[in-house]
Amino acid sequence: MARKTTQTRTAVVTVAAWTIGLLIFFPILWIIILGFKSEGDAIKTPLAVLTSDWTLASYHEVQERSNYFLHFMNSVILSLGSTLLALVIAIPAAWSMAFVPGKRTKDLLMWMLSTKMMPAVGVLVPMYLMFRDFGLLDTRIGLVVVLTLINLPIVIWMLYTYFKEIPGEILEAARMDGANLRAEILHVLTPMAVPGIASTVLLNVILAWNEAFWTLQLTTSSAAPLTQFIASYSSPEGLFYAKLSAASTMAIAPILILGWFSQKQLVRGLTFGAVK
Amino acid sequence: MKLTIRALLGASVALALAGAAQAETTITVATVNNGDMIRMQSLMDDFYAKHPDIKVDWVALEENVLRQKVTTDIATKGGQFDVMTIGTYEAPIWGKQGWLVSLNDLPAEYDVDDLLPAIRGGLTVDGNLVAAPFYGESSMVMYRTDLMEKAGLTMPEAPTWDDIKKAAAAMTDKGAEVYGICLRGKAGWGENMAFLTAMSNSYGAKWFDMDWKPQFDGEAWKATLTDYLALMNDYGPPGASNNGFNENLALFQQGKCGMWIDATVAASFVTNPKESTVADKVGFALAPDTGKGKRGNWLWAWNLGIPAGSQKIDAAKTFVAWATSKEYLELVASKEGWANVPPGTRTSLYANPEYQKVPFAKMTLDSINAADPTKPTVDEVPYVGVQFVAIPEFQGIGTAVGQQFSAALAGSISAEEALAKAQEITTTEMTRSGYIK
Amino acid sequence: MATEHSRTAARLMVSPAVILLFLWMIVPLAMTVYFSFLRYNLLMPGMESFTGFDNYYYFLSNSAFMDALVNTLLLVGGVLVITIFGGVALALLLDQPFKGQGIVRIMVIAPFFVMPTVSALVWKNMFMNPVNGMFAHIAKTFGFQPFDFLAHAPLASIILIVAWSWLPFSTLILLTALQSLDQEQMEAAEMDGASWMNRFIYLTVPHLTRSITVVILIQTIFLLSVFAEILVTTNGGPGTASTNIPYLVYAQSLLNYDVGGGSAGGIIAVILANIVAVFLMRMIGKNLET
Repeated sequence: MARKTTQTRTAVVTVAAWTIGLLIFFPILWIIILGFKSEGDAIKTPLAVLTSDWTLASYHEVQERSNYFLHFMNSVILSLGSTLLALVIAIPAAWSMAFVPGKRTKDLLMWMLSTKMMPAVGVLVPMYLMFRDFGLLDTRIGLVVVLTLINLPIVIWMLYTYFKEIPGEILEAARMDGANLRAEILHVLTPMAVPGIASTVLLNVILAWNEAFWTLQLTTSSAAPLTQFIASYSSPEGLFYAKLSAASTMAIAPILILGWFSQKQLVRGLTFGAVK
Repeated sequence: MKLTIRALLGASVALALAGAAQAETTITVATVNNGDMIRMQSLMDDFYAKHPDIKVDWVALEENVLRQKVTTDIATKGGQFDVMTIGTYEAPIWGKQGWLVSLNDLPAEYDVDDLLPAIRGGLTVDGNLVAAPFYGESSMVMYRTDLMEKAGLTMPEAPTWDDIKKAAAAMTDKGAEVYGICLRGKAGWGENMAFLTAMSNSYGAKWFDMDWKPQFDGEAWKATLTDYLALMNDYGPPGASNNGFNENLALFQQGKCGMWIDATVAASFVTNPKESTVADKVGFALAPDTGKGKRGNWLWAWNLGIPAGSQKIDAAKTFVAWATSKEYLELVASKEGWANVPPGTRTSLYANPEYQKVPFAKMTLDSINAADPTKPTVDEVPYVGVQFVAIPEFQGIGTAVGQQFSAALAGSISAEEALAKAQEITTTEMTRSGYIK
Repeated sequence: MATEHSRTAARLMVSPAVILLFLWMIVPLAMTVYFSFLRYNLLMPGMESFTGFDNYYYFLSNSAFMDALVNTLLLVGGVLVITIFGGVALALLLDQPFKGQGIVRIMVIAPFFVMPTVSALVWKNMFMNPVNGMFAHIAKTFGFQPFDFLAHAPLASIILIVAWSWLPFSTLILLTALQSLDQEQMEAAEMDGASWMNRFIYLTVPHLTRSITVVILIQTIFLLSVFAEILVTTNGGPGTASTNIPYLVYAQSLLNYDVGGGSAGGIIAVILANIVAVFLMRMIGKNLET
């Protein structure tokens, strides 16, 4: 009896979960499908789209027109570079805030988060002028710095919450054994924080990959990531659904695959200190 | 610290430059991602064969992003681009600022006198050609010959707005998803306001009088907007308040529009059998009028200009001359056929008997010639520009007013309210900018 | 625990982050404040002049400003409501055992990986378009008149699009929290005859409160600056029906090229965002005390 109800229940949950999952995923599925259709077919009714011929024409055209590999590499360098740089700055900061908290630690964290609230469009001209003067326009290094600073508050916040969960006694014990500060961080703290750091890295790679304002405004060609690749396929004169879909698929596929492999990590790791 | 980084950066840039200069000059070209420009990218072999010492780096972007990027760059002297694709709106404003390199010294075989006078006039500032036209366009009526025939009507070659209304009524069959007329409704100075400003010219309306006082409280604008709303509400497609060029193109190509008044370049899309289900059933007519002496068509061109801060002006000039030359037109014709040649820039193209066989060639030329940017409407006005006003403030004002008219089309406010708001917005901005004393 | 030595070391370690973020905040902010007192149009360089509070006056007295303020709050509030209720429901569902858990999870998370511009383009053209969109086709199949989402419910449509992108984020966080829920306690409650509803209200909800707080905090920061979705779909219209503060700043600074006015708008946006932040802290800050 009990087994039977469990089975029915699992069946119902399976159906419900798959239905909702497919509904949420459907827009992305649709982009992937449209990428394999001709422009003329892509604007037909959904049934006609599904029954029309499949073609690689859009991918061929995108391949011919843009240097996908360059944009892809730039996206990889920018998102990984900015995440790594942010980690280097954030790990010590989060460590000290978590283990040597002061009266102002909470305020400091809040203030850090509040730096994310400036609307980017409002500071475009000042930023552009500064980038021009430092010769940073259209350079990867310039964008890595900007993306690092944009995501730094989130990185610090996340690491802080993970570090806080690590019991202080372990550190005490390490200190007793004569470990100095550096050894403490490197050999005791970091290994324990690896799951948290991994989630932080993932989330920030995603955020950096999708950042579409500064990456578009501060690059021209050699440092331009996939966001600019997309901008060259959206809304030209004439039909563009199929080509845009093909380009979009190429732009989101890498991050989607990364998400696929790391979903366990994401599901476990995104606590922001909210779970005790 | 900062100084070292700067010095290092400077050194590496200098090194990179030195390295490049020995082999070849690389120029960065910013273009809008429209079909004619994309085609040029695939024809670059011809350019490289003629000029092996120049390499071209393309940055193709959608129109809004492109405009914003090149404007920011040229205004702050960022120096990121050597050639910029700019519209007829930017050219006179930037030219006046001295931001663009004069193209008066292009070689004789470029034959600058061959450029269409209306287009060339809009690109000349104080006697200097500040940009070279890549393609030019006006607007005209595209209509379905089969639907007109079914309704027992014929489209005059030069219709009035009453003719359009009659035809729209006769062709509309909402049950079968055929809408008599498709027009732009999406808010923006280059979207619904391009159409409405051009339309208003034919009603004798104007943006400003000779004292730069906004004129939305006049009868002419009221008539324009009322007629536009009536046409679209009775015979237009649903969702028109978000329709721009592309949305209407898709509708027309699927046979859902009886008429469409828009850019002449659309003609090559709607008659292309690979994309359009109505390719062989399209007729063309001049944009409508009301008998006041002006037609409701605009004038636009995408042009190549060289920013004054470019370090590679000579290479840039070589490229601009190639891309807008007669030879380039022939090159496109030999590879892709005459119908795909960038239209609307050269007199000789329209004298070419081969090109005259293209169905929309004559109507495009007549439409371009019917527009006069220096005398856009019935009355005398203090500004230049047919579907825009060539002052820096216009983009903002035009878009804000466009939002009001778009809201009127969506039905959230009345025509009177929209005009009153337009008048208020424009008056505030013009006062602030010091035009109204 | 903390010795004088480690305290100093802690200061040293936290200072790079603080200094960098301080510079990142103060340098553009100072320049923006400076520009906000100038009459500075990008297209007319060399004509800059001091205008006092003119830019602020024009930005605040613009009739679009109040609309934008209300829209900003509605947008943030609407998305938060959808993502929290939807997120809790989804998390509860995904926490159950069922076949193909991994695949369903990645499908639910996927929208978070899509760039905002792409998701807006897809929703606008392929789903909400009243002639060619998927919704219109479905409506027509059932004999209904297609609804014109972006013209008649622009803000609601944008809320829907943004909520679609952020739902995975809240689901993930809430799911993580659910998984740490004490199962023994739950089973004990079940044994004692507590109904599903009661177990949910008295055990699950309190357990999720902290996670919901985090979702609200992080999402608010991102939602206050939603911009790409509006630019792509409605251009802030019809009228000002879907204009929020960042879009208004954009219209001022990049459509008008009015750097002065845009800067004033930017400063006002920062002030407003900080007011919201203070409110948030008051409301939910207690939940974050550790």
